[in-house]
Amino acid sequence: MKRSILNFLRSNSGFIILLAVGLPLTILSPEFLSGSNLLTVALQVSMIAITAIGMTFTLITGGVDLSVGSVAALTGALAAGLATRNELGTYPSMFLALLAAAAVGGLNAALIVWGRIPPFVATLATMAAMRGLTLVYTNGKPISGLDEQFTFWASNLGKIPVPIFVLLVVALVGYVILHRSLIGNYIFAVGGNEETSRLAGISSTKVKFTVYIISALSAGITGLLLTARLWSAQPNSGTGLELDGIAAAVLGGASLSGGAGSVVGAVTGTFIIGILANGLNLLEVPSYNQQVIKGLVFIVAVVLDYILKRRLKTE
Amino acid sequence: MDKPYRLQLEHIVKSFPGVLAVQDVSLEAYPGEILALVGENGAGKSTLMNILSGSLPADSGKIKLDGQEVWISSPSRAQALGIAMIHQELSLIPQMTVARNIFLGREPRFAFGQLVDSAKMTTQAQDLLDQLGLDFPVTALISDLSIAQRQMVEIAKAISFQSRVIILDEPTSALSERESEILFRLMRSLREKGVTLIYISHRMEEIFDLSDRVAVMRDGQMVGVSPTNQLTVQAVVQMMVGRELTEFFPKTKVEIGDVVLEARGLTSGKRVNKVSFSLRRGEIVGLAGLVGSGRTEVARLLFGADQLDSGEILLDNRQIRLRSPQEAIKLGIGLVTEDRKTQGLFLGQSVRSNASVLLFQKLTKFGFILYQKVDTWIRDAVEQLSIRTPNLEQKLRNLSGGNQQKVILARWLAVNPRVLILDEPTRGIDVASKAEIHSLISELAGKGMAILMTSSELPEILGVSDRILVMKEGSLMAEFSREEATQNLIMQAATGQLAVS
Repeated sequence: MKRSILNFLRSNSGFIILLAVGLPLTILSPEFLSGSNLLTVALQVSMIAITAIGMTFTLITGGVDLSVGSVAALTGALAAGLATRNELGTYPSMFLALLAAAAVGGLNAALIVWGRIPPFVATLATMAAMRGLTLVYTNGKPISGLDEQFTFWASNLGKIPVPIFVLLVVALVGYVILHRSLIGNYIFAVGGNEETSRLAGISSTKVKFTVYIISALSAGITGLLLTARLWSAQPNSGTGLELDGIAAAVLGGASLSGGAGSVVGAVTGTFIIGILANGLNLLEVPSYNQQVIKGLVFIVAVVLDYILKRRLKTE
Repeated sequence: MDKPYRLQLEHIVKSFPGVLAVQDVSLEAYPGEILALVGENGAGKSTLMNILSGSLPADSGKIKLDGQEVWISSPSRAQALGIAMIHQELSLIPQMTVARNIFLGREPRFAFGQLVDSAKMTTQAQDLLDQLGLDFPVTALISDLSIAQRQMVEIAKAISFQSRVIILDEPTSALSERESEILFRLMRSLREKGVTLIYISHRMEEIFDLSDRVAVMRDGQMVGVSPTNQLTVQAVVQMMVGRELTEFFPKTKVEIGDVVLEARGLTSGKRVNKVSFSLRRGEIVGLAGLVGSGRTEVARLLFGADQLDSGEILLDNRQIRLRSPQEAIKLGIGLVTEDRKTQGLFLGQSVRSNASVLLFQKLTKFGFILYQKVDTWIRDAVEQLSIRTPNLEQKLRNLSGGNQQKVILARWLAVNPRVLILDEPTRGIDVASKAEIHSLISELAGKGMAILMTSSELPEILGVSDRILVMKEGSLMAEFSREEATQNLIMQAATGQLAVS
């Protein structure tokens, strides 16, 4: 195959898979392309996509953040708790909760950079600890009684759910940071070759703190939106979020060995997962079978990407 | 030349545990010259250049740049002083563009220095490439460029740092002839601009074509520096190898038997090209050649670790197909790899498990390992090979290089292969253990093993082998009997000055 075609396929693999998943669904299910259905998908997808964007940052440096689900739950619980129990007002509560999320990201980075603990292990530990902290703080029970200011963030603006706007803002900010800013350039550099980066005077400490804080903040935003949508903070919310986030980022072209990934890819990847789940629901595939199909699609996508990469290398 | 020196190295000394790598070496270089630095592997060239480029600290000695004494404490310090080294393993970031690599850490910025000014960076990088006459796009990803183009990017990066001294470590080893020509053109134009280029190479044609002066190192010392036009290839080779055969190579007389293994027209990619030879029972065949000449690749092909593109391997006159090392082991072919730390050993595991990896397959009953038999066998092997270890539980990491290598040999003794391939068996091993390993190799041949040994050390090849094959750039250049081989002949064949077939 021609190099340019291969390159095109490789760099747009996310969209191609999206089409490959979406087209048959359009044909098989008449409801699929309806406006209301697509908005449902977009609402479900937007929250995961925000976390996937943050996850992409850590993956590009060659790391990973397993603590996102717990951080999402903790942030939601703190915001709800501060707003209802301490009556601090919705926005100050949200702000403080996000600050706490950022602190967890900083803790992750500190463990990785100064503790020299592999990211997988460090964030596995905080994943457990933060889930525990959430359970302690909530006493294992949902925190409800949120006001309209809070639940507004999961309501509809016109016909469009607010989380979609939040996703757009997060994606835009993420895009500028990752693909236009200096620190974004250094995130790729550190992920591509840490030694070369060091010799170019780049501080990998600073880069790693940045990515883990960004990851935790985006997980926190997801947590706030989940809380707003359920009208209450659930101590078990966000379970499995790390898997969705990683899967989405990887489907969107992020490499687990670092150096590659993009914001657009992360969003596309989440849409692939979301559309697949939605389509299978519309086709009334039993949920157990859905899991199997999801897994298979993931494998096919990753293997395809690997083959394309290898072909590109040998051409 | 009575120009002032660009660079002066004065009495540089560097030792590593057990080795004096650089002994009181002084070297000068002028602005606008290409200085070739040559020497056998291990002569100290790379160590010296790593000191100059800040990767290694010198034990003592002075470095002066344009007459000023400088203190090169790190690669970034060297960069700031205008000294750049282009390594064999390039240090570019493959997933980033040419422009971003060149300006890494020095990007043109805007918005309070937080955003990268891509447009400006692209123009600046393009100007740089234009100035050097390079014609690939600055927006291309490094991973899409050829090795030669990547080297050009490294050079462009060095130039953008206003480098006054650029060191190139065997830049052409991975390049085709046409690509080398482009690189040489670039080097010559940099010389015109007054840059000092120090160029490490083994290729005599290139050195004589390109360099103004040649500096020769041997055994950590500077043997001589002369203008290239006053030298001959013969003279340079003589200076490179000029040492006497002082080390002791115990070699026992062995009856050489029938052909065990025959290679016919082995070809694999660009690294191995139509290599044919045979190994006989009880024979030690030395495979000589410079680093990168394809020796290791031949060894890996015979062991099934890499796959043949064409050619055939015959064992006892029957053609065999080796799809994996596992098949080779089953057929009685063993390989002691070149890099024992990454390919030969389980460094974090015990002497017992390292020595018995292959034995386990033999000493099992119903899938269970017969540990008692394994232990008895290992104890014998440790004694027989005089492996110095406090006990069998000792982690391999804590043994000396020589003892580590003996553990690997013990592993192979356990399965008693018919053909044993040794790739640089004594690299980085002290002299005493070397002699022990040499006598062990000789002993194994005495038991009827056919042995193929590669080595970068000519005295070792000459001392141990019954027959010597010499490779250059993937092809077999010459074959010598033990009696007719000399260091000079081998070196000439390995550098392409002599072709005997």
